[in-house]
Amino acid sequence: MKQDIFMLGGQEFQSRFILGSGKYNVELIKAAVEQAGAQMITLAVRRANSDGEGNILDYIPQGVTLLPNTSGARNAQEAVRIARLSRELGCGNFVKIEIMRDSKYLLPDNAETVKATEILTKEGFVVLPYMYPDLNTARDLVDAGAAAVMPLAAPIGSNKGLATKEFIQILIDEIDLPIIVDAGIGRPSQACEVMEMGAAAVMANTAIATAGDIPQMASAFKKAIEAGRQAYLSGLGRVREKGAEASSPLTGFLRD
Amino acid sequence: MKINGVQKECPANFTVAAMLNREGFAREGVAVELNMEIVAKDAYDTTVLKEEDVVEVVSFMGGG
Repeated sequence: MKQDIFMLGGQEFQSRFILGSGKYNVELIKAAVEQAGAQMITLAVRRANSDGEGNILDYIPQGVTLLPNTSGARNAQEAVRIARLSRELGCGNFVKIEIMRDSKYLLPDNAETVKATEILTKEGFVVLPYMYPDLNTARDLVDAGAAAVMPLAAPIGSNKGLATKEFIQILIDEIDLPIIVDAGIGRPSQACEVMEMGAAAVMANTAIATAGDIPQMASAFKKAIEAGRQAYLSGLGRVREKGAEASSPLTGFLRD
Repeated sequence: MKINGVQKECPANFTVAAMLNREGFAREGVAVELNMEIVAKDAYDTTVLKEEDVVEVVSFMGGG
């Protein structure tokens, strides 16, 4: 099989698994990244602690691309502010825009996300917007210069799986940017399914962070994502809506 | 002055570098915002804070 490179923001990745770093002990990050085979990891920007707690960057293996998010932002302006601070932290130009007005379901605000994408793209960021899977918004994000589109599968942190499957498929079919499915993916089988559908990559955090064995679940996701990708590239076998079709010859039976 | 939302004393000639030192922040792992504007790292030693300033000191944390 020829090498399958994932291009994002002008950078080459072999892995299609973006790992989150939230909700688990930093001591486990290295093992999770290694088991996930992840080459990109998300981070949040927050008020610094002065209690001597170690820098999370010390726990992330060398060579892993950092993807700061703008979580906590309630509008485009706040997202832009957080993105600029993240760049000042000195870890590259990638940013995942995350803008939420709704504190119950944590659904992204698509309109504000488009605005933030426009501004940050002009400032030279590689912008990965987290969004509710809506085709019109996705087209606006393309026009705004996004490097990829990150539709949610289900509410963040829910582990509920592919609740928005039909709409993610529409984005995959219609949008000429990588579609990275983010949020809600709870099981490796769901990550595999969305890769079979043609998603470019999967981002997961809670599914790993709330698993019994974090590095082992990271490894399970890695395999699922690779399997889904390989299946997609192979071209799935066709579905026969009615009836059946024998796989074995219909001749030469041991009977008259 | 306010640092990360908390009212703090601002001595005379108090630079950003001195503030980070007093508050126990490692200079390398943080970004500093002064009245909503980012302070470049190479200006930490020369930027003097004032009583009415609002300062934010941020760093990376685990997140999804």
